Amino acid sequence: METPLLTVDDPKLLAFAEAVGAEGQVSVSGNRTRWLAGGALAEHTRILQAPTGMVAYSPEEMTAQVRVGTTVDEFHAQLAEKGQRSALPERGGTIGGAISVGENAVSSLGRGRLRTAVLQIRYVSADGRVVSGGGPTVKNVTGFDLPRLMVGSLGTLGLLAEATIRTNPIPAVSQWLRSDDADPFAVPAAVLKPSAILWDGSSTWVELEGHGVDVAAERRRLGSIGVFEEVDRPPALYANRWSLQPSELRTIDSLATGAFVASIGMGTVWAENPQPARLLSPEVALISRRMKHEFDPTGRLNPGRTVGGAE
Amino acid sequence: MALKKLTDAIAKITSVKGGSAETPAPNVVDPLHRELREALSADRVQVEGAHMSLMKRDASVFDGGVAGPLCYPESAAEVSAIMKIADKYGRAVVPRGAGTGLAGGAIPLGAPVVISAMKMTSILEVDVENRIAWVEPGVINLDLTRHLGQFGFHFAPDPSSQQVCTIGGNVANNSGGPHCLAYGVTNAHVVALEVVLPSGEVAVLGGIDAEPLGYDLRGAFVGSEGTLGFTTKVAVTITPNAPDVRTLLLSFETVRDAATTVSAIIAAGIVPAALEVMDQRITEAVEAYVGAGYPTDAGAVLLAEVDGLPDGIAIDAERIAEIGRANGATDVRQAETEQERALLWKGRKTAFGAIAQIAPDYYLHDTVVPRSKLADVLEEVYAIADRHDVLVMNVFHAGDGNLHPLLVFDAREPGKLDAVHAAGAEIVEASVAAGGVLSGEHGVGVEKQAYMHRMFTDDDMDHQARLRRAFDPDCRANPGKVLPMGHSCADIQSLRSVPEKVWG
Ligand SMILES: Cc1cc2nc3c(=O)[nH]c(=O)nc-3n(C[C@H](O)[C@H](O)[C@H](O)COP(=O)(O)OP(=O)(O)OC[C@H]3O[C@@H](n4cnc5c(N)ncnc54)[C@H](O)[C@@H]3O)c2cc1C
Repeated sequence: METPLLTVDDPKLLAFAEAVGAEGQVSVSGNRTRWLAGGALAEHTRILQAPTGMVAYSPEEMTAQVRVGTTVDEFHAQLAEKGQRSALPERGGTIGGAISVGENAVSSLGRGRLRTAVLQIRYVSADGRVVSGGGPTVKNVTGFDLPRLMVGSLGTLGLLAEATIRTNPIPAVSQWLRSDDADPFAVPAAVLKPSAILWDGSSTWVELEGHGVDVAAERRRLGSIGVFEEVDRPPALYANRWSLQPSELRTIDSLATGAFVASIGMGTVWAENPQPARLLSPEVALISRRMKHEFDPTGRLNPGRTVGGAE
Repeated sequence: MALKKLTDAIAKITSVKGGSAETPAPNVVDPLHRELREALSADRVQVEGAHMSLMKRDASVFDGGVAGPLCYPESAAEVSAIMKIADKYGRAVVPRGAGTGLAGGAIPLGAPVVISAMKMTSILEVDVENRIAWVEPGVINLDLTRHLGQFGFHFAPDPSSQQVCTIGGNVANNSGGPHCLAYGVTNAHVVALEVVLPSGEVAVLGGIDAEPLGYDLRGAFVGSEGTLGFTTKVAVTITPNAPDVRTLLLSFETVRDAATTVSAIIAAGIVPAALEVMDQRITEAVEAYVGAGYPTDAGAVLLAEVDGLPDGIAIDAERIAEIGRANGATDVRQAETEQERALLWKGRKTAFGAIAQIAPDYYLHDTVVPRSKLADVLEEVYAIADRHDVLVMNVFHAGDGNLHPLLVFDAREPGKLDAVHAAGAEIVEASVAAGGVLSGEHGVGVEKQAYMHRMFTDDDMDHQARLRRAFDPDCRANPGKVLPMGHSCADIQSLRSVPEKVWG
């Protein structure tokens, strides 16, 4: 009755915690695909690697518990063997990197946002302990929501070690279509549930997924707003991510994005130029500063990086 | 008995305060009360009257709270003023929606100032292009969905209490509902929040842009059970109504067959809009209450719904029927008309109302288990209830493994309440032992605090307390909830800080 059932005994996690220790400035590198997010790391920061490998994958539960040093590609390859996938972005990085940056998949309209797909999280705290938040089941509201807090926190509150990710069935059919004459803003009303709508200022790409019959029906409906042809893949994306409101994309011409690919209905823009610095409101900055201080009072985790400029 | 102890502890905390809300000392002008009236208006701050005793509890079995002044603010500015006044007098605050919570979240501990959302009921804006709506926290869940109908949208989380519960309460409890299987619970449908911190600052958390800047404070606030502040405005995502829907009713001889079917459907890669199971006892109660058309001779029924484009859902419906038959379904029926479908759902959603016909009291539990363990844990649940001689009925969100064992009893029977709590404790224990969690949608409140250490280590809970302190360093918002005493920073202090002989 008295001991928690979820005590961590994974030797790889314990070894990682030991390596993090309780002193000195420390960071974790994944594949360094987003290495500069949040600012450059302070010099002389010790750099570690997060543990790797699947811990437990239960396709019938639609959950996978995985150490976050694993690359998204490897992880998705294992899920694919059971006909599943996840909301993680397939852009070359590790799971830990994607969660730290909080980046969504290109097809986030269809796959959902990453922040809702992280069910349980394990991280090493600033004092070198393994801490768990959330729970292993697909539905859970027990206690304060540490997994949500960790998504997008750039490792400034804890160093991510393991995550339980919600998985989803791979649809029977996935199809990318491209049009050079369609109004991209007419797509959301034309089809029920596109998985992605991308636009580069001249062409529009739509990803349709589901049963073959439904995809065919949606494709016919798209025909009413333009000529669409099937293509192998979506356009290549630029390195800088902008975050806009979906409605702001209508006036994207007035923004200094340079060449871009925008996600209609979502508001993400992958652009040639970086987004000008955004500012946190004073109230949000206050909560953020307190959060950082509560989790990392000496500032040893990912020094130099800030989330939204909150120190 | 952990729960018994907890109830006693609550009674103790609240009894030492002396003075009750209904019997204010005559002619004493309480300065806290006076300042609140000045900040709002005399009629929107109450300290006596029938309403006050309703504030002592929510829809859970827990009792014993004592409410301080009850405030009905109309704006964030007024909520901010309340926070600052409460702070000045060292009083805690407790946010309150419709009071339908089942874990004791809205029970006032430490004679807090009660902040009601009931005068903040406007739907402020429906923004179809951004697929969001800005609403005030007192908007009733179903009213929002009805309002969105004209635009062809709805609000996806649909708790069975949706005719009365508020969006603010849904946010605070991260509520779910039958249709959250495919669409996700409240967290997935809230993009931004305006909140008033216990210190009175007004902060907008999250945003309607794709990846809002900064820590996901929005995500931290959703599900925080009123302990981080009071939300005054919510940006919810709106979901397009599906063009077509099919609702299947599958009958089984046993609950095990129904549960096995559920995990087989999910394992087959189908994600229906809803998968709800009801056992025979609850089906009988529902039929006697509303006559929804459920078979009363089946050991269990499974309500399965798929929505989307007509062709695809026809395929899914057929596969669900096949999987059901392969797993022992004795009958598979499809709702032929919208009326038939509406009636089936009415039966499901009024299941708890139906119980009132059987016994005066019920205790609705809420745990989650891995779907593949559903059948085993359910069998254990029946055995546990039998051992304690308590009647149990099961009606639950089977698709995501969310059990709702419903213990039905008459509290006037000597020893019955103790038996109910003992059975409940074992059910929670069995769920956690099967790899599950303490709560799928009702929250921890006061109900599950004693079990938190079954899921979390001291370090885990310490970090949860840190998250909380970043919003509320003095722990003045809804003290005594979620984290067990001793983990909840200054909660105990703020519970003790109420001077004798004041309101509440
Ligand atoms: C018959 C019945 C069926 C139910 N079915 C379901 C179901 O299917 N799914 C489900 O998830 N739940 C269900 N519930 C539980 C309950 O209805 C939900 O938790 C609901 O969201 C609570 O809303 P409320 O407005 O009643 O909140 P309250 O009970 O008033 O408050 C709940 C919590 O929210 C906090 N709170 C309220 N408003 C605010 C605010 N504006 N800002 C900050 N905090 C706030 C309170 O402090 C409290 O901790 C059911 C309850 C009943 C009685």
